[in-house]
Amino acid sequence: MSIIGWLQISLLFIAVLIVIKPLGLYMARVFSGERNVFSPVLGPVERGLYLAAGVDPNKEQGWLAYAMSMLAFSLAGFVSLYAILRLQAYLPMNPQGFAGMPSDLAFNTAVSFVTNTNWQNYGGETTLSHFSQMAGLTVHNFVSAATGIAMALAVTRAFARSNASTVGNFWVDLTRSTLYVLLPIAVVMALAMVWTGLPQTFHADLTATTLEGAKQTISLGPVASQEAIKQLGTNGGGFFNVNAAHPFENPTALSNYLNIFAMLSISAALVYTFGQMVGNRRQGWAFIAVTGILLISGVAVVYWAEAQGNPILTTLGLDAAQGNMEGKEVRFGQAMTALYAAVTTGLSDGGVNGMHGSLTGIGGLVPMFLMQLGEVLPGGVGSGLYGMVVFAILAVFVAGLMVGRTPELLGKKIESREMKYAMFAVLILPVTILGFAAVSAMLPFAVASIGTAGPHGLSEILYAFTSAAGNNGSAFGGLTGNTPWYNTTLGLAMLLGRFAYAVPVMAIAGSIAVKTRVPASKGTFPTDTPLFVGLLVGIILILGGLQFFPALALGPIVEHFSMLAGQTF
Amino acid sequence: MSSKPVAPSLLDPAILLPAVKAAFVKLDPRQLVRNPVIFVTEVVAAVVTGLFVRDLMTGTGSPLFSGQIAAWLWFTVLFATFAEAVAEGRGKAQADSLRRTKSELTARKLVSAEGRETQTIPATSLKVGDVVLVEAGELIPGDGDVVEGVASVNESAITGESAPVIRESGGDRSAVTGGTQVLSDWIKVRIGVAPGNTFVDRMIALIEGAQRQKTPNEIALSILLSGLTLIFLVAVVTLWGLAGYSGTLLSVTVLSALLVTLIPTTIGGLLSAIGIAGMDRLVRFNVIATSGRAVEAAGDVDTLLLDKTGTITFGNRMAADFMPVPGVTEAELADAALLASLADETPEGRSIAALATGEFGRQAPAVSLPASGKGEVVALAVGGGTSPAGATRIDAVIPFAAETRLSGVDFGGRRLRKGAVDSILKFTGIRDENVPNEFRRAVDQVARTGGTPLAVADGPRLLGVIHLKDVVKPGIKERFAALRAMGIRTVMVTGDNPVTAAAIASEAGVDDFLAEATPEDKLAYIRKEQHGGRLIAMCGDGTNDAPALAQADVGVAMQTGTQAAREAANMVDLDSSPTKLIEIVEIGKQLLMTRGSLTTFSIANDVAKYFAIIPALFITTYPALAALNVMNLGSPQSAILSAVIFNALIIVALIPLALKGVKYRPVGAAALLRRNLLVYGLGGILLPFAGIKLVDLAVNALNLV
Repeated sequence: MSIIGWLQISLLFIAVLIVIKPLGLYMARVFSGERNVFSPVLGPVERGLYLAAGVDPNKEQGWLAYAMSMLAFSLAGFVSLYAILRLQAYLPMNPQGFAGMPSDLAFNTAVSFVTNTNWQNYGGETTLSHFSQMAGLTVHNFVSAATGIAMALAVTRAFARSNASTVGNFWVDLTRSTLYVLLPIAVVMALAMVWTGLPQTFHADLTATTLEGAKQTISLGPVASQEAIKQLGTNGGGFFNVNAAHPFENPTALSNYLNIFAMLSISAALVYTFGQMVGNRRQGWAFIAVTGILLISGVAVVYWAEAQGNPILTTLGLDAAQGNMEGKEVRFGQAMTALYAAVTTGLSDGGVNGMHGSLTGIGGLVPMFLMQLGEVLPGGVGSGLYGMVVFAILAVFVAGLMVGRTPELLGKKIESREMKYAMFAVLILPVTILGFAAVSAMLPFAVASIGTAGPHGLSEILYAFTSAAGNNGSAFGGLTGNTPWYNTTLGLAMLLGRFAYAVPVMAIAGSIAVKTRVPASKGTFPTDTPLFVGLLVGIILILGGLQFFPALALGPIVEHFSMLAGQTF
Repeated sequence: MSSKPVAPSLLDPAILLPAVKAAFVKLDPRQLVRNPVIFVTEVVAAVVTGLFVRDLMTGTGSPLFSGQIAAWLWFTVLFATFAEAVAEGRGKAQADSLRRTKSELTARKLVSAEGRETQTIPATSLKVGDVVLVEAGELIPGDGDVVEGVASVNESAITGESAPVIRESGGDRSAVTGGTQVLSDWIKVRIGVAPGNTFVDRMIALIEGAQRQKTPNEIALSILLSGLTLIFLVAVVTLWGLAGYSGTLLSVTVLSALLVTLIPTTIGGLLSAIGIAGMDRLVRFNVIATSGRAVEAAGDVDTLLLDKTGTITFGNRMAADFMPVPGVTEAELADAALLASLADETPEGRSIAALATGEFGRQAPAVSLPASGKGEVVALAVGGGTSPAGATRIDAVIPFAAETRLSGVDFGGRRLRKGAVDSILKFTGIRDENVPNEFRRAVDQVARTGGTPLAVADGPRLLGVIHLKDVVKPGIKERFAALRAMGIRTVMVTGDNPVTAAAIASEAGVDDFLAEATPEDKLAYIRKEQHGGRLIAMCGDGTNDAPALAQADVGVAMQTGTQAAREAANMVDLDSSPTKLIEIVEIGKQLLMTRGSLTTFSIANDVAKYFAIIPALFITTYPALAALNVMNLGSPQSAILSAVIFNALIIVALIPLALKGVKYRPVGAAALLRRNLLVYGLGGILLPFAGIKLVDLAVNALNLV
């Protein structure tokens, strides 16, 4: 580890900290329906959309109607994307003449983008037409993120309101998130990325002659526009197969910075928006602090592990001072790779700028564990926020009794209904991840997909299902995912991780909204203090750890100790 | 108030021996299914027992190991059922003695309400509405109201307080309880509650925990615990598959051991014991709650509605002075006040009569009013001692009522009234601007000193002011400060005018007051606070209080109160001490704290168990995992067995804490949380490391594996 490395890391977090408040306040204005700087331009567009869709923006929905709208919208998105992918050969803007996707891969990819996962079992530049990339994937990069924001807003309103039967209007929240938040920022971000060197073109590809005289096809396309929203919407699905390690997706140290900054900023600012809208900004900062502590610890552990390097290689004569550089881009180095790895998994972004499978045992453990913690650091746009609220509900319930009152969060009593839904939601992650991973680990044809023998192979399987269920989308590498088994099971894992989690959360929102908000007193369990931050960090770590420790012990943990013992597989 | 109650010793063999027996009876799966965590443990124990038998029969595996695991799993279940049995056992003795008094009861039912002719029937065949006669030395056969007579009653069978109390018809001291003994005189009691549903019956059911239902918070907590159990079930079952990848075949015995040590057996096993112990604690404070829900609500209370009289100030306000307006003599005023108080059975009314006949030397009129005095025509000797005016016919007696807030008497064309100043002014019809200055001054002077002015009028003529005095109890201010530190507001409720109320409120240090409060005002105040999301506790004794008691989240009725108040409330204070509300809140908080602390402890414990069991499971496949064996446990088998033994023993070790409860300190939520997180959270993580290590040393020393 070096001072420079830490300086780079700190600078990024400082930049995000600076933007949290103004962006959070702006979003609070937007989602409260107040006028904002874009209203004169986008206001008519917004009203036009409502008119065209037949939506009455003033009519609010109860939690069930809200959740049903969300499900209907996602289903429609899935069907249309599936159709585009299957039929791309007959659709325009296909200069390379790619054929339609096979059904299992199209299922996996469509689910992947609708659930904001963006797991890539396809190689973008060798499989997808420009139409599929732009009208298919990029559209979902926007609306799947907006769907997440909408659900977070429903939860936010549930806490902000007292004795309310409605939680907002899904169609309005969806439209406003896209129009006023994602779209303007994406335009600015895309231009900034073009400036750092990302291509933005409808040209197919260039053919170059290498020094050896060989012909090389260099893929091009509308990269910058997709890259911008890929990060802003914590999607993570890159234009190219190797994602942000590709020099056209992430050419320079500055573009790398922009990448990480883009993925963190909206998700973190949304937490502030939550605090603003429920009338307790300290609560927002408390959640941000929880995120910060866990995320920075994650970065530190990965950075440390990678800088330590591999003692087995050291004995073979490799310079130990270089640490582990396998699978890393030299232009980013260990610090920026560690930062990217932790942030992309703490968030449910899933873009990568290095190969996570090439990290050391501990270095690979961290990204996997950060995802297993429930993608709340600060998580996918919106989904991370409501995930954090579920954890806060659990923390308040477990420890809140210790102050001698029945548990309450932000003045809302947490009772058996909320507990039932929260436990249901929390159960989804271990059931999906451990269930599919255990079955895959026992099936010979599923095990055949792994790229490395020994515990690392188990890590590959575990990572894949963790990433899918957490709607992250990053891959460990090594596992051949494009098989009917993995395309199907990973697709199911993504669906469960998104919707089987979100629907109970919507039910919690409905149940919380109707409750009376109890004013705080000295006897109230404080949820916006450093003590609560510590408690919440503890609950998230212990709960996540208890669920996944045995599985992790057989994967990255044993890999780490074997490496120390000099054992290879 | 009773002295600090003493809990029965934890090691009392009279409780422990029956509890051991009960612990086995409770193993019945049909009963145990109500407790999901322990039920799962029982199922797992049965499975491992089956494996042990198989190992024994076939000679394969390690019967010594699986047998010990099975035994300790059964102990885990037994310790949990034992904890519940001990908690229940502590109330049994009291319930038995109550049941004895009940079984001996007979009733002397009156043939007609007016006469004294009776027939003797068993108390169990009494019906609501029957009137019974109870004379000195007899036991009252059922709950009801005194309709005639006055008697001193020994209620020690219920309250434990040996000093007799007075029960009389009318007013707020008319309720009597079945099973209590009349010591002197006689009373006629109208039975108000059907046998089988009386106070003693309810008390027995409560103490024995027979009607115990899960409280809302217990249900929510059970959901959390069941959810955690499911999560660990998933983690353990899938571990079999994940281990299969690396060629490790895990036995069902070790997976069962892992599952039981991970699921929250500690809190699961102690949860119902904590609830029963909380009720038991209330009983020992001489408070009977009708449901566990009320005890839980007590911990959540935001606002205490306290009657000024008896709670904040000493008992009753006493008349201290007569202050006539110019043109009226003291004697004239005293006479009028005396007569107007004839039908006023409140202590204030009696104190006015006492002052007039005592210090002011007026002669009490010779009169006997029947209880239903209103409208009766009675002869009355009116006047001072020197000039008896002869017998006069009373036209009407107006008893004191909370709505009108005045009482009086009409005779010979005179309409004497005394009561709250505004009520009297309204009665006289004197317009505000015409009220004599001297009268105003007297009222203000009384009110400013914290006293209560009562006005006296004769028809449209104002006669003067009666000064009622009030004394704030010593030490009450400190208690309110402690409540404030707990985040609880105190609101004083009084019928006094705002000026008087403010004077006393500031002296007593309450947060707010409700002056000139009618029962409707009280009810409205409670509703308003509840609408704002606050939980309200109040205590009361009169029939007037019943609606408010029913509306409040925690309503505590005095044992001395009326039957209506006792029915409406969800707790009854046998000591009839209004300050008991404060202890009730503390008991409620203690109950919730104990639950939370043990839940936190239980979950925190799991960390160490992983470090014990995971390396033990995979040591042959991955020797490198020995690095996780931070406790340096003897062998894989001893590590697993030690974790299971520790997991079982910790339940027994925590029974005393579950029964006694975590200590509550009125220091505010943040400080409490910090302390409990440190003790039960951090302590819960660290303690098992030491505990499992110690058990492992013992297991290896004894060569158990």
